Amino acid sequence: MVDVRSGIGEALPPPEVEDVELYHPHSWWTRYVFSQDAKIIAIQYATTAIAIGMVALVLSWLMRLQLGFPGTFQLIDAEAYYQFITMHGMIMVIYLLTALFLGGFGNYLIPLMVGARDMVFPYANMLSYWIYLLAVLVLVASFFAPGGPTGAGWTLYPPQAVLSGTPGGKDWGIILMLSSLIIFIIGFTMGGLNYVVTVLQGRTRGMTLMRMPLTVWGIFTATVMALLAFPALFVACVMMLFDRLLGTSFFMPAIVEMGEQLQHGGGSPILFQHLFWFFGHPEVYIVALPAFGIVSDLISTHARKNIFGYRMMVWAIVIIGGLSFIVWAHHMYVSGMNPYFGFFFATTTLIIAVPTAIKVYNWVLTLWRGNIHLTLPMLFALAFIVTFVNGGLTGLFLGNVVVDVPLSDTMFVVAHFHMVMGVAPIMVIFGAIYHWYPKITGRMLNEVLGQIHFWVTFIGAYAIFFPMHYVGLVGVPRRYYELGEMAFVADSVHSLNAFISVMALIVGAAQIVFLFNLVWSLRHGREAGGNPWRATTLEWQTPETPPPHGNWGKELPVVYRWAYDYSVPGAPEDFIPQNQPSPGRVSHEAAS
Amino acid sequence: MSVVVLFLATVAAVIVWWLAGQRVTSRPWLEVGHAHDRRSGAPMPPAKVGLGVFLAVVGALFSLAISAYFMRMTSSDWGALPLPGFLWVNTGILTAGSIALHWTKVEAERRHDEAARTGLLAALAAGLAFLAGQLFAWRILSGAGYLLADNPANSFFYMLTGMHGLHILGGLLALGRVTARAWNTPFDRRLRLSIELCAVYWHFMLIVWLVLFALFAGWASDVIDFCRQLLT
Repeated sequence: MVDVRSGIGEALPPPEVEDVELYHPHSWWTRYVFSQDAKIIAIQYATTAIAIGMVALVLSWLMRLQLGFPGTFQLIDAEAYYQFITMHGMIMVIYLLTALFLGGFGNYLIPLMVGARDMVFPYANMLSYWIYLLAVLVLVASFFAPGGPTGAGWTLYPPQAVLSGTPGGKDWGIILMLSSLIIFIIGFTMGGLNYVVTVLQGRTRGMTLMRMPLTVWGIFTATVMALLAFPALFVACVMMLFDRLLGTSFFMPAIVEMGEQLQHGGGSPILFQHLFWFFGHPEVYIVALPAFGIVSDLISTHARKNIFGYRMMVWAIVIIGGLSFIVWAHHMYVSGMNPYFGFFFATTTLIIAVPTAIKVYNWVLTLWRGNIHLTLPMLFALAFIVTFVNGGLTGLFLGNVVVDVPLSDTMFVVAHFHMVMGVAPIMVIFGAIYHWYPKITGRMLNEVLGQIHFWVTFIGAYAIFFPMHYVGLVGVPRRYYELGEMAFVADSVHSLNAFISVMALIVGAAQIVFLFNLVWSLRHGREAGGNPWRATTLEWQTPETPPPHGNWGKELPVVYRWAYDYSVPGAPEDFIPQNQPSPGRVSHEAAS
Repeated sequence: MSVVVLFLATVAAVIVWWLAGQRVTSRPWLEVGHAHDRRSGAPMPPAKVGLGVFLAVVGALFSLAISAYFMRMTSSDWGALPLPGFLWVNTGILTAGSIALHWTKVEAERRHDEAARTGLLAALAAGLAFLAGQLFAWRILSGAGYLLADNPANSFFYMLTGMHGLHILGGLLALGRVTARAWNTPFDRRLRLSIELCAVYWHFMLIVWLVLFALFAGWASDVIDFCRQLLT
């Protein structure tokens, strides 16, 4: 029921959203530490996520050292190796990617892009961050607990997760892991309510849903999915804690451990797998959809061209979000299931490729005959498209039951999911940081350091994960501490493993250049001005940069057009901001 | 998992219905100018939308737990536990609390502030009584030898009633704050909204409880068996 009238000279309709009374901080503590300003919370989220992400990066180094040069490093024994795997996966997927995309970019960009002064529930938003920090601290605590962190694998499958054969199974590791996840989910729900309701109710005048930048669409849809999917992990964690601490048998079958019959009996490990993957598969898209949205905006801005097929992009985001809830069992082909179920889940899995492919075509068609500026955000966006297509193609293989079953336990799967949900979203995160850093700090990131960072990361990531596909195809199993005397493993695999490990060390080190750049540019970066990329979206039109508390000064902006008016024929500049009523000499209607 | 898929299908239907009113088929690239919303006079307050979204999350949580209940139920070691008749009293108390809050909301809208204050107190008392009653039911069961870890049916009973109780406890904290505000300050629009939200939350928790009650009593699986027979 939204009515759009093109009469530009008409009187402004009255506001539909009342201007909110902002919380006014009184001291340094409430301004910068216990802040209720979404922008500060975003920076807190991002800093914490990147810090814990660095821990996960170092863990991946340690794993690669073991795989590349088995037996050389005494401190990495089999137990430690499994602990590294588990914590690396869990931290990267949940505490880094989810927190950074939704807590970091969501908090910073949603209010600014929809023209709000802040999130609708600032207090809950602040709590959300502090609860997230608590979850991270509980997670970190497990490194120092007796027995160390859990080594159950990031999927935490019972019964092994709570047995003595698994590191942390009978110690504190698994308890702290499950508690940390439960805390994370509580904190996330508080933040997630904010992101959703701000998009629904906090939009400024004229910002209809179909005028929102795709970044907001991506984060919004991902948040809705996360709110509905995380409860599955929550239930699974609570039930497993019951099994571990109170002796119930939700997931624990009758089992003999070290010659001793445990008191558990009758529980269903498959039940846990259903609950876990009911969360776990949407989680892939919770990470991917914000990346899809952000990359659309980066490409459009840096190719100076409107996004191709905006409507289709929005629909594809929503459809992917919906479909991703009915594909979870494709992670469980090897657990065994009714062949009809396998057929159903393989079909739905492959159907997701359709809206995803539409998005890829639209990105490419946006680039087609665009005025492509190879800026750092653009480079990372291009790297994302290539990487995502690569990872997506192997996903088509693995979506089929018959192909998945032999490949499921090999390094091929590791290569696949690192390409599609590791490297690809990380590329977008980097691109987004290079893109929005000038708005956050008022200064540009250093270009030379950025180029070094990009090329080493991009080429290095391919040097790591391309050979890994081959290693998997020749049958090297994943999750193995060492290959030992396996006769079928070709010699080439050993040298490739060493090569991959060296590349992993180099790519990891390149991230130090990036971190240095972030800090160095704070003081020494070039002054950016309000809108260095000459972009149309609202966050670049704030009266001050970096935007102060309340974002917009006295008056909220009014939106007159969609987010992609680049290179409009006849307009004096090659972009028209969303809050500009008149395009210039020739009106847009006359031109189209 | 069919319970949760059914629940999500309902949520999806709401989302599709809402999207249908948002002109998602418009061509934003052709539409320059003022856009204004003509849906209704006053937009929904953000807190109300927030509560709606939160209840969807809570609903997902309980439907997942119920899905797990049905999946675990099929194993051979399942031994249903006898429901204490006392739970009927608790159900009555919770219903009374829900009715009290509904009445409070109506009275508050009619500007009968004194009546609304009484209603709030009554609802608060009902909530506390319900929690005490649930604890009492736990005692009856554990006294009769039905302990948490003995049988999966017991485990689910304690876990689900515990989860529901925690939600009621959270609701009581909010209700307590609203009651304190109602006694200290004159009624304004914000307070009336808070009362309305408490009422919505209470109705929702009542529905969740009724579903859980039906589940424990075995009626829910009877209904499902009946549906299965209809389908096959």
